[in-house]
Amino acid sequence: MAEPTQCIAKDVDMSESWSAVDTASKQTANLPLKVGKYSLESRLIVGSGRFDTPELMRDSLAASGSQCVTVAVRRERLYDRQGKNLLEYIDPDKYLLLPNTAGCYNAADAVRVAKLGREILRSLENPGADWVKLEVLGDSKTLLPDPIATVEACKMLVDDGFQVLVYSSDDPIVARRLKDIGATSVMPAGSPIGSGQGILNPNNLRIILESLKADDPDYPVIIDAGVGTASDVAVAFELGADGVLLNSAIAYARHPILMAEAMKFAAISGRKAYLAGRMPKRLYAQASSPEAGIITSRPW
Amino acid sequence: MSNLINIIFNGHDRQIEAGMTVEQLLKDAAINGRFVAIELNGEILPRDQRNQRAIQARDVIEVVTLVGGG
Repeated sequence: MAEPTQCIAKDVDMSESWSAVDTASKQTANLPLKVGKYSLESRLIVGSGRFDTPELMRDSLAASGSQCVTVAVRRERLYDRQGKNLLEYIDPDKYLLLPNTAGCYNAADAVRVAKLGREILRSLENPGADWVKLEVLGDSKTLLPDPIATVEACKMLVDDGFQVLVYSSDDPIVARRLKDIGATSVMPAGSPIGSGQGILNPNNLRIILESLKADDPDYPVIIDAGVGTASDVAVAFELGADGVLLNSAIAYARHPILMAEAMKFAAISGRKAYLAGRMPKRLYAQASSPEAGIITSRPW
Repeated sequence: MSNLINIIFNGHDRQIEAGMTVEQLLKDAAINGRFVAIELNGEILPRDQRNQRAIQARDVIEVVTLVGGG
């Protein structure tokens, strides 16, 4: 009987295309997230918006294990005051508060709002006082950032002594510019704010991670916006992100407290998987049981 | 004799007594001063000036606080 023709295809190593960017130092210990002068045990930053009740927000934050909460700056209600202030549900002694500049469409407004946020936190002596999550939007439908105004505002805020965590698109050039002008962290979006679409462009995020960490492996890159569920968080960390910022994925879940808990575990598992170094992807199969000692025959 | 002046307070017209301080205005509006920042005519009003600065006619005052957001 003739030997069957062996079909040996060259195994294509897909690791170059697919594996997580290995830009961090080779340590495997699960260290805290360092952003500016602060160190956070939890790599999740959670937003406080859009919850059905303040109690639900408070309990979801607790379930997430997050130590840093974003907040917005808005007029104090005068005529239809509804109960307590947010800060009676988020203890400013327990959480690091990160004011955002949501709703700002130009650099001057963003700077104005950032300064007001700082003023409130200074009086509360919250360590987030000189932090700001900078958002300068270009469009109210997509909530995409205006890259030019964002760079402009970032520079102004850095010059004024802020540690600026900048919400950005997944454009690697803008991300680079923001780092170069002194952003404490660049926070590229996974997908549009509140869209729940998850990580739409992992390749761009990988490029951003490589570019920003090239000579600076500990530079924090936090994926912010568009996270929809726990697996999105795990994917973000497996790509090599240092942190994930999310709000809607918890607030709009059917059971927010349960989703917050899921997010906590996803962040831990995604980060550990990244540190563990995943196996390469292969085009062809590779048996996980040994060839030696096999008692059965195979056709070829 | 009360002399009323017109100001803009959080986007609304408001009549207040001349000479009222910002601190008094907060109390009048039942606002907890602890959780707010105040912008007076576009400039942040330092906390220690709240009970010193007398509000003047046509002043534009914004009282802001932290609310939920992502």
